Amino acid sequence: MTKKDTFDVSAARARCRQHRRRILDISQTVSALHIAPAFSCMEIVDTIYYGLMRRDRGPNADDSFIISKGHGSLAQYAVLESLGIVSKAELDLYGKPGGRFATHPDYGLPGIEASTGSLGHGLNLAVGMAAADKVRRADRVVFVVMSDGEFQEGSIWEAMMLAPTLGITRIVGVLDLNDFQSLGQTSKVHPNFYPVLDKVRAFGWETVQVDGHDSAAIHAAIANRSGAKPFMLIARTTKGKGVSFMENVPVWHYRSPSAEEYQTALKELDSASS
Amino acid sequence: MRNTFANTFYELAKTDPRLFLVVADISPVASAAAFQEEFPERFINVGVAEQVMVGVSAGLALRGCIPFAYTIATFTIYRPFEMVRVDCCYQNLPVKLVGIGGGVTYSTLGGTHHTQEDIAVMSALPNMSIIAPCDPAETTAATRACIDLPGPVYLRLGKAGEPDLTTQAPDPFIFGKIRRLKEGKDLCLLSYGPITKMALDIADRLEQENRMSVAVAGVHTLKPLDREGLAEILARFSTVAVIEEHSCIGGLGAQLKQLAWDVRASCTLKTFSLKDEFIHFYGNQRELWTAHGLDESIIYRELAALK
Repeated sequence: MTKKDTFDVSAARARCRQHRRRILDISQTVSALHIAPAFSCMEIVDTIYYGLMRRDRGPNADDSFIISKGHGSLAQYAVLESLGIVSKAELDLYGKPGGRFATHPDYGLPGIEASTGSLGHGLNLAVGMAAADKVRRADRVVFVVMSDGEFQEGSIWEAMMLAPTLGITRIVGVLDLNDFQSLGQTSKVHPNFYPVLDKVRAFGWETVQVDGHDSAAIHAAIANRSGAKPFMLIARTTKGKGVSFMENVPVWHYRSPSAEEYQTALKELDSASS
Repeated sequence: MRNTFANTFYELAKTDPRLFLVVADISPVASAAAFQEEFPERFINVGVAEQVMVGVSAGLALRGCIPFAYTIATFTIYRPFEMVRVDCCYQNLPVKLVGIGGGVTYSTLGGTHHTQEDIAVMSALPNMSIIAPCDPAETTAATRACIDLPGPVYLRLGKAGEPDLTTQAPDPFIFGKIRRLKEGKDLCLLSYGPITKMALDIADRLEQENRMSVAVAGVHTLKPLDREGLAEILARFSTVAVIEEHSCIGGLGAQLKQLAWDVRASCTLKTFSLKDEFIHFYGNQRELWTAHGLDESIIYRELAALK
């Protein structure tokens, strides 16, 4: 039996539907948020928290999670709320005066292990955390979710070069490869970025490519990694996944839906579930 | 200073497993080699990659470690500036950023290797502390102080051959406090870093040749500035002069002028700093200072004329 079999995919599907609903609900109370980038990595974040992270071993022994693409923070917030790490009252204050959770995650808040928002920072931090764990012989995994636009930052490649040099094996990176960045398609901005998997592998990482909305595939790929090298999952995703009019439409990077669009989006989520 | 830093770090790191040395293809030699040999896992050379040097240091700090990120000052703080700002300062982590060759120490390597504006830039960052020791003994004290500070520190060092200036000082090194290096009544000179030697030499000359009584105080902690101690000096002396190896913008001189307004100081306040100009020629450190007006004779004559 592979570890894949231990992950309940239908439960994951139901959770992700609920997470997306929650994010849409929040969208009706604020004007600034990033829905599409969150929907893009929804299954990735949910699978890591519910299927892969070990979170019951104590504050200095638990696995860690960093959303390096900080603009996708709503995916993490929704999961943290579903796990009871962040209260509903707290998340209801998203982006409002008195609230602490907003567009980009702030270090020190419940469940938030690093401040991100500026791209290309999370992997560097993860390598440092994993280096400390290695010295202490601590069996902790650092999960870090990045975006393909973010991979254009040079700092990512500095960190990618360093991790295998330091013999770090307990990093699991996930590249949310949705092919979109602010000014258009990533594949058009930098055609030579592809195939990215080969490039990451050439830097000394173990790599697997999966459908980033297939929770079972994400889980299996990460759970069955060799552990001999740092691991990078290349997750092909759709920006705005789950709501047809948001999918691959750049304006939904930051736009909040109208009341009518909100209703349409909810109906789509519900119908897709059946 | 470089050797003193390395030796002090090594002594501390032997018994404190939280300490890491993270370098970017530049090593502080001396005991750094012994540290690397004895604790290879706590010595990380990231290669020529300063962004990850600072980012990895912040990651270590997130795990409760105390990393010293070390390279030539300009590469420690300018190249990875946003990692300094966001990873270290915004998250308020105990990353110690060590800049070797602060100011124009690397006079023969040209403008790319100078930090003429580092105090200004680092002072503008919330949560940052800045220490610029003037001699080896102060470097030891400053390195120790770094470990006790809960947040990020920029430790601005010279390089090699700095003479002892503080063994006879009336005050000990206390982080955040100005330090009397020499007593006096008529005039007070303020300085930090290796150029403090020039301030002490000028003080001696004014006393010997002009019968002035000149105090010298070291301002090793540039952030947080000892506002109380400095205000007391502005009130007590009729003339106060700053000598610093830093741009006239945003360094001790400029910040002291701000403070002087706040406390309605009535003294004469002179500042001798580097100009707001890049340096496109080569020479020894002293020759570069002179080109920007930081010349012992010029400063001496100007201060002597005030009597």
